[in-house]
Amino acid sequence: MSSVFAVLIGACLIAFSGIPAALGRKKSKAGQWCTVSLFAIGSALGAAGAILALLQGGVPSVIHPWALPWGQFFVSIDRLSAFFLLLVFTVPFLGSVYGLGYWKQSEHPENGRRLGVFFGLLTASMAMVTISRDAVLFLIVWEVMALSAWFAASVESEKEEVRKAGWVYLVATHIGTLTLLAMFALWHKATGSFSLDLTDSVPMGTAGLIFALAVIGFGFKAGLMPLHVWLPGAHANAPSHVSAVMSGVMLKMGVYGIIRMASLFVSCEPWWGAVLLAVGCVSALFGIAFAMGQRDVKRILAYSSIENIGIITMGVGVALLGKAFGEPTLVILGLGGALFHVWNHGLFKSLLFLGSGAIIHAADTRDIEALGGLAKKMPVTAFLFTVGAVAISALPPLNGFAGEWLIYLGIFKTLSVAAGSSMPLAAISAVVLSMVGALAVAVFVRLVSTVFLGSPRSDATDHAHDPSPSMWLPMALIALACALFGVLPFAIAPVLDGAARAWLPLRDLGPTIPSLVPQLWITWMNAGLLAVLAVGALWYRVSARRRVERAARPTWDCGYARPTARVQYTGSSLAEQCVRLFSFALMPARAKVRLERPFAEPSRFDVTVNDAVLDRCVLPLFDRVNRATPRFRVFQQGQTYLYVLYVVIITAVLFVLGLSGVIA
Amino acid sequence: MIATPLHLLLLLVLPPLLLGVINKTKAFFAGRVGAPFLQPYYDIAKLLRKGMVVSSTTTWVFIAGPVVSVAVAVVAGLMIPLGNVGPVLSFTGDFLLFAYLFALARFFTVSAALDTGSPFEGMGSAREVTFAVLTEPALFFAFLALARLSGSLSLGGMFAIGSTPAFSVGNAAPLVLVVVGLFIVLLAENCRLPVDDPTTHLELTMIHEAMVLDHSGPLLGLIEYGSSVKLFVLESLVLNLVLPLSALPVWLGAAAWAVGLIAVSAVVGVIESSMARLRMSRVPTLLIAAILLCGSAFVMLVR
Repeated sequence: MSSVFAVLIGACLIAFSGIPAALGRKKSKAGQWCTVSLFAIGSALGAAGAILALLQGGVPSVIHPWALPWGQFFVSIDRLSAFFLLLVFTVPFLGSVYGLGYWKQSEHPENGRRLGVFFGLLTASMAMVTISRDAVLFLIVWEVMALSAWFAASVESEKEEVRKAGWVYLVATHIGTLTLLAMFALWHKATGSFSLDLTDSVPMGTAGLIFALAVIGFGFKAGLMPLHVWLPGAHANAPSHVSAVMSGVMLKMGVYGIIRMASLFVSCEPWWGAVLLAVGCVSALFGIAFAMGQRDVKRILAYSSIENIGIITMGVGVALLGKAFGEPTLVILGLGGALFHVWNHGLFKSLLFLGSGAIIHAADTRDIEALGGLAKKMPVTAFLFTVGAVAISALPPLNGFAGEWLIYLGIFKTLSVAAGSSMPLAAISAVVLSMVGALAVAVFVRLVSTVFLGSPRSDATDHAHDPSPSMWLPMALIALACALFGVLPFAIAPVLDGAARAWLPLRDLGPTIPSLVPQLWITWMNAGLLAVLAVGALWYRVSARRRVERAARPTWDCGYARPTARVQYTGSSLAEQCVRLFSFALMPARAKVRLERPFAEPSRFDVTVNDAVLDRCVLPLFDRVNRATPRFRVFQQGQTYLYVLYVVIITAVLFVLGLSGVIA
Repeated sequence: MIATPLHLLLLLVLPPLLLGVINKTKAFFAGRVGAPFLQPYYDIAKLLRKGMVVSSTTTWVFIAGPVVSVAVAVVAGLMIPLGNVGPVLSFTGDFLLFAYLFALARFFTVSAALDTGSPFEGMGSAREVTFAVLTEPALFFAFLALARLSGSLSLGGMFAIGSTPAFSVGNAAPLVLVVVGLFIVLLAENCRLPVDDPTTHLELTMIHEAMVLDHSGPLLGLIEYGSSVKLFVLESLVLNLVLPLSALPVWLGAAAWAVGLIAVSAVVGVIESSMARLRMSRVPTLLIAAILLCGSAFVMLVR
């Protein structure tokens, strides 16, 4: 009980953290500090509540009737909720600290206060999403979350690009919410209650339909391909700490929804897991392939989020296969790995988005082709960003590897389980995952080296410098967490085990993660690797560095007398071969270059990778519908009272239909 | 207990010899006497004593590239069995660490190359990361097939298949496919013909040699040593499947292993002498063939 109240009070404090500043003066520095302080207290209280719930076990809940015709105020914290709560109460707090330097009230008098209000509201509503156990309450806080994210992401609404991305987001999120509405209505019809409790009375067909609707509805929020259309634009155009929270935490709410809904049925069918595995493979592979083709720092990171959500979904798919076939090993490794990756991605993706904010702050551009050589001017940012890049490419010794290792082992275990003769085919997803891993290395090597290494490609970087401590300290903390989780993965194994048991409460899962896989070896190997690397660094410092020739020399240029920074490989040229390999899906737009006569005219060549789903399917479809149905525009008058009238008419019609017994 | 020192001895000392064997084989086919077998040792020793030029464009990443690639190759080498000389370290899931360690090396080698800002090294980097996208799936299909056959999830178990009942005529077809597939991966990952030509380094078609263009002195020595260890490691993987040693005493096994590796290197040398390098745009076809070979092996085993 006390843990629930701690979380509720914490969420309240965070929800209202932006209000005092909003009532204050436009350029008030104190206002922003007040916001961050409230945020800090709320986060500490909430995190304490979540930890208390983890320690105490059980399912503390609070139920209160309310005056709405449906549902009730029903919240509870099991270990699965607590797991997600810890993410909600850490990353956004670090984001708000970062905002002190990144979005200074004095520099953004017009929208700084608005951002503060909605940033707090977004965080608080995410906390509520993870603890709501009533469908109506869930939908309400879900909608608050979706809308406050929209307001927070589009604070710079004077820019055309931001407004456009905002529109796409708003439409996509509402299609998702509509699907969820249908899903919960079906749930109510099947169970007779809005409470999200474990049930075994729902027939398998209906349960399957509910699950499918949940995957679609929550898939919009999580950004599963092809439902990801809103994601790249929204992430690219939001302020960087908002992008960090949206990508690091808000997408996970979609994942949470899928995991939660899948946990509510006592039994499930194998196709549930198979669908998630397939969708996860598609999202992971094509997410990262699209990332390769982008040249906007934040769009690259956004597409890589789609990839990581895909990886998480693959883990959940393995867990569902385990649930369907009664294989606890698969449940624990699949779900444990997926949840571990939820935290990991929450950490390194926010680190990278905060890093991208530092780059934008320093060079005022998101275009990687205009950057280069920043490591010399912003060494701290470059180092932290590299740590994030190594972590997100799932490379040892950092946390990305420790998490994917569990998912991989879960997939490999499908080879040896007895049940289901076609089960081993699920293992092919391990091959997809390996390909995704290689692509992730390609994408992040390209990102890090185009932005930070080599020589500057334009004068945008002339005045670049490392940001203030309020910006790099949160990043350094996250980087440290990435390293700790990487070297000490066993430390959070009990939390993962607890969450997996909360997910499948009725069955005794038996083995724990440490008893299934030798996580301690990962610790030793990663520590050993770091030690060997330290020896290498020492060797260079002590012995090899003396051999470096003193005089400053340029990069060897094959005897060419006048090298310029423009001869460097660009990000696009680095990506070209990969993009061509995946051109069947990426469908890059290539400029045609004609060189006809001698002394040809100057010409341009470029390759752009647009979003195949948004730009080739969704927008043309909407456009066509718009053109085909001009008559319906009479209903769209832009007058509020008319829309209220529509609501009244529909309510009246439904009322009459209900009374006459046409609809039950 | 003698196995561990023997393993370390083979892993740390033997690798440059394999490069020497390849070069000697190529010299034989070209009708030359060729450099002595031990030439790579002399080269590395000399490079370690020389001075080096470090471009003023570069940062710490330039140094990290060679250091990481050697560290990674050695750590990965500890996890593979060498015939009946078992792995030094072995645990469930070590094959994942093995694969991702090489990815870590790739991350830093490529970054170090791009750190110089040279267009040649950019070209090499782009190819390196692209081809890896196709070699990794082949490697993982091979892992899947071997895990399915051996029922084990560690390199020690998967590749010690020669001493298990699974190593039989009935499983010959998938095993042959895996061996051929892994051999293509070996050629591609170690930058040998027909994917890459290790003997030239300023042609626009090169991969690995183009990436290390700016490294000199001790750092170049490290790179040479690291790539020879990588060759040793991947050759050992393949050799485990074709040279099952289980009945021999350990020291004899180690000696047989050295002979086996020399033979594999000679085969690589023969391939290099008898083939031309593929056109760069044809390389993906070869790598996709490797994926399909290992993939069919796996599908055969699942049925």
